Amino acid sequence: MTPYAAVVSARFRMLLQYRAAALAGIVTQTFFGFTRLMILTAFFAATTRPQAMAPADIPAYVWFGQALFQMVPWTLDREIAAQIRSGDVIYELLRPVDLYASWFSRAFALRTAPVLLRALPMVLIAALAFGVGPPPSVGSAVAFAASVTSALFLSCALTVLVSVSMLRTVSGEGAAQTLLLLVWVFSGLVIPLPFFPEWMQTFIRWCPFSGLLDVPLRIYTGNIPAADASWFVARQLGWTVVLVVLGRVALKRGVRRMVVLGG
Amino acid sequence: MPQILVENLVKTFRVAERRPGLWGAVLGLAARKQRSVEALAGVSFAIEPGELVGYIGPNGAGKSTTIKVLSGILVPDSGRCEVLGRVPWEERRAHVAHLGVVFGQRTQLWWDLPAGESFELLRDVYRVPAADFARRLDELVALLDLAPMLRTPVRQLSLGQRMRCDLAASLLHAPPILFLDEPTIGLDASSKLAMRDFVKRLNRERGVTVLLTTHDLDDIEALCRRVIVLGGGRVLLDGTLESLRASVTPERWLTVDLADGSAPIDDPDARVVSREGDRVRLAFDPGRVAPAALIARIAAKHVVHDLFVENPPIETVVAKLYESRSQ
Repeated sequence: MTPYAAVVSARFRMLLQYRAAALAGIVTQTFFGFTRLMILTAFFAATTRPQAMAPADIPAYVWFGQALFQMVPWTLDREIAAQIRSGDVIYELLRPVDLYASWFSRAFALRTAPVLLRALPMVLIAALAFGVGPPPSVGSAVAFAASVTSALFLSCALTVLVSVSMLRTVSGEGAAQTLLLLVWVFSGLVIPLPFFPEWMQTFIRWCPFSGLLDVPLRIYTGNIPAADASWFVARQLGWTVVLVVLGRVALKRGVRRMVVLGG
Repeated sequence: MPQILVENLVKTFRVAERRPGLWGAVLGLAARKQRSVEALAGVSFAIEPGELVGYIGPNGAGKSTTIKVLSGILVPDSGRCEVLGRVPWEERRAHVAHLGVVFGQRTQLWWDLPAGESFELLRDVYRVPAADFARRLDELVALLDLAPMLRTPVRQLSLGQRMRCDLAASLLHAPPILFLDEPTIGLDASSKLAMRDFVKRLNRERGVTVLLTTHDLDDIEALCRRVIVLGGGRVLLDGTLESLRASVTPERWLTVDLADGSAPIDDPDARVVSREGDRVRLAFDPGRVAPAALIARIAAKHVVHDLFVENPPIETVVAKLYESRSQ
């Protein structure tokens, strides 16, 4: 196994062992799924104007959003945060590997393992209780697969960037939390992004956050037609490249000026 | 050519200073006072292959900073440093592949995974061929008695067990050089002995070069012929352990527990260093008086419950060395 595959595999095995957390996660995610759905249903019952999303698309958007919830980088990589605070991060620098690639691999496991553990119940609820079917066309299905994959890499790149930012200050969690708040709101975790006012749509479109969740979900429902999807996926990939480059530069600088105190 | 070469290494840290009190904290938000701390002020030494060198000095002397520079983790402000012909921070990846490092106060094992799985991860990270890995792991398991720990999550290991696993983890890729930064800190006596024994064998039988920093003079005495003493970021002494003692003080300490700790002790060859309750610590020069003779004299005049003879702690020796050098 290459070092990076080994990191993914070790982290994966570790994350899979937290069964209680997975169970608790399934319960909370189901609860919030119903809550979000009820709020949106009430909203559609009260509005008479045509909206940016069809009511029929809502269950798929909500339940697949709940299924992919853990893929969205709304939390820190707590292990790296703890390592940076304790100074154990020093051992990461003693390995003959590319540190960025190694952290990216950790992020990859962090953003996939919980999804694998928790997605199935959400998809079942969507299919059995709300009759959510497959995407409207084969084109949409292919575009959805491409978009989810891009979203995963985008999420990993952002996770690593947040981790790297913590190298710069002893408790860099403040800055990190701000970024994560933006992720929370502008990835579509709270309300679907098409419902934001018109004047915000340009901002939303040019931020990387919609590519984390909103874009794949809207491709799945057909709200973004298959024909337009390639442009959205290209933007996801573009942002991934930008964030990877930023993360690499910041990591290089962060490591150069890092001070491991004491010990 | 030496395996490890350090010439005139300088490293200064800038440390933010907080003014005291609430008002100080508020002021600190606007403007921070910074203070320079010279961790290394021109350190030079050379280590040949197969040496086992003790690197000692008081807290803040620059020991760990040196280890971090030698490991490629810190970039010095100036000076030259080569390990196996490489500049550590310029060729970090190639450099660390030939290096084993153990920091006694940290762990490189994954907390929630059994130690064995951390070892397997390290095998892949260092790209160790499976056959070599299996052979080395078997050896390490036998030598360090790791068999009962391999399947236990690291968080459930005792400190002594964890340190043995950490030591094994640093050797799976068979590095020719091993840095041990306070490897015995916090260990009980038997774990310390096991650790020393293992390091000694590693050095004798495998020819692994070891640089050992420690506060425990017994570590140094058990292991090292050569010591480098650091103080205030400078090398105060580089030589044998005997030369260190001789250059500073030939004194040893006799600690006695008396029935009456306040009793005056007047012996021409002993000097009272400290008194804690009924425990009295005396310094004497074994060149002038044989320990047995001194003990007999003290026991004749006082009721002695317990006694032991020891070397002055490294802090005292180094403090004296430091005093004498700065005069």
